[in-house]
Amino acid sequence: MTTLDDLRSALAHDGWLADAQRRVAADSGAIARLFPRAARACGRSPLPGATGWTADEAARTLLLAALPPAAVAEQVRVLYRFGDANEKRAVLKALPFLPVGDAGVPLLQDAIRTNDTRLVSAALGPYAVHLDQPAWRQAVLKCVFMGIPLSTVDRLDDRADGELRVMLAGLAAERAAAGRDLAADATALLNRLAAKEA
Amino acid sequence: MRIFDPHIHMTSRTTDDYERMAAAGVRALVEPAFWLGQPRTAVETFVDYFDSLVGWEPFRASQFGIRHHATIALNPKEANDPRCAGVIDVLPRYLDKEGVVAVGEIGYDSMTAAEDEAFAAQLALAVEYELPALVHTPHRDKARGTERSLKVVAESGIEPGRVLIDHLNEVTVGIVRESGCWLGFSIYPDTKMSPPRMVEILKEYGTERMLVNSAADWGRSDPLLTRATADLMLESGFSADDVDQVLWRNPVEFYGQSGKLDLDDVAPEALFEGNSILRGGS
Repeated sequence: MTTLDDLRSALAHDGWLADAQRRVAADSGAIARLFPRAARACGRSPLPGATGWTADEAARTLLLAALPPAAVAEQVRVLYRFGDANEKRAVLKALPFLPVGDAGVPLLQDAIRTNDTRLVSAALGPYAVHLDQPAWRQAVLKCVFMGIPLSTVDRLDDRADGELRVMLAGLAAERAAAGRDLAADATALLNRLAAKEA
Repeated sequence: MRIFDPHIHMTSRTTDDYERMAAAGVRALVEPAFWLGQPRTAVETFVDYFDSLVGWEPFRASQFGIRHHATIALNPKEANDPRCAGVIDVLPRYLDKEGVVAVGEIGYDSMTAAEDEAFAAQLALAVEYELPALVHTPHRDKARGTERSLKVVAESGIEPGRVLIDHLNEVTVGIVRESGCWLGFSIYPDTKMSPPRMVEILKEYGTERMLVNSAADWGRSDPLLTRATADLMLESGFSADDVDQVLWRNPVEFYGQSGKLDLDDVAPEALFEGNSILRGGS
């Protein structure tokens, strides 16, 4: 799994980011304007050395990680509340690296309620360990429904259970009745779950 | 043909519209924050609306290969409701967003004192946040409203070249041309401008600083009237380069002043003088 140090070394030579991190550490309120600007300053391309991360997501994560620990939970809440889709996605991806306990769960729930595939998939990273099992199952099923690859779901096979198998089998039956296929990764998961129960 | 619709309210349109627009050549657009038909009564409903303009709507547009941008403001009509006055205080949260390329629509509806105040305050925000401004001109008492808008713009200190005065017609085009501001024309099925009238204005005043939009919204309107105007320009003797200037390069140059336009993915050929203005400074 990608670590904060991976993100730091990938962006080690970014002068804007180094300065922004210092400002945020000294004054947590400064993040309100720096957070949206990070994409223009650091770019939006996929980041070599941190698979699955873009430069703006990594820079925003490092800004959050630079906050005084006591300010993190409130800034996370506000930045997500007023974030555009890319900023919201960055907050969701940053959650597992931040000292917020389970305070970020309402953000995951909000993201999973959306119909934006980028937000739903970002909500199912490592921080989703804080989601209860019924919410997690519904989110996985929603991924299948929306065509989001299940590879984005962290610890999929560890958490997938008999109840998820029943839900997936129901979706597979509906799709079959309509003459439509289930995605190959969902069929494979269904087969693995059935094998586990046999 | 590549088309940039500099003013269209996609929140009110369907995915069928997106499909037809993409097929007609629309590659990018700007959705100004405006009223929604039903008046709003609380700041929070604006916040949800602004969130949609920087969240859900760009996502929808991207499904059809169209790059979506927004302008953010408290519109003049709702500026008259004291329950909505607090919207001005949440605007700074949105003006730094990647997809927000201007402050707008601001300006006049009924030319009240509350509108004066909101207009001036938001022009000041445009200067502070280094954004261009999109100014709506009133549908009633338009000529005097346009004149008064130009005065407020001049008093604010914003450069005229960073202001787009919209919904112009034969009566108001002249004074705006002289002001140095950019000129926007909304092509509508019945009201505002029609493609033939637009072509006549372009013949008389030329293609510089001229923008053509559909302003399509929840009323009777048509998102393809940008394309219809472009086609009529060609039939009327304008060159493909003239059409590209009005329907693509002019909006790119105007909104490019935000430093935030990024059109590489949707129109790789979209270079304006070697691409230098697209990303701007910062």
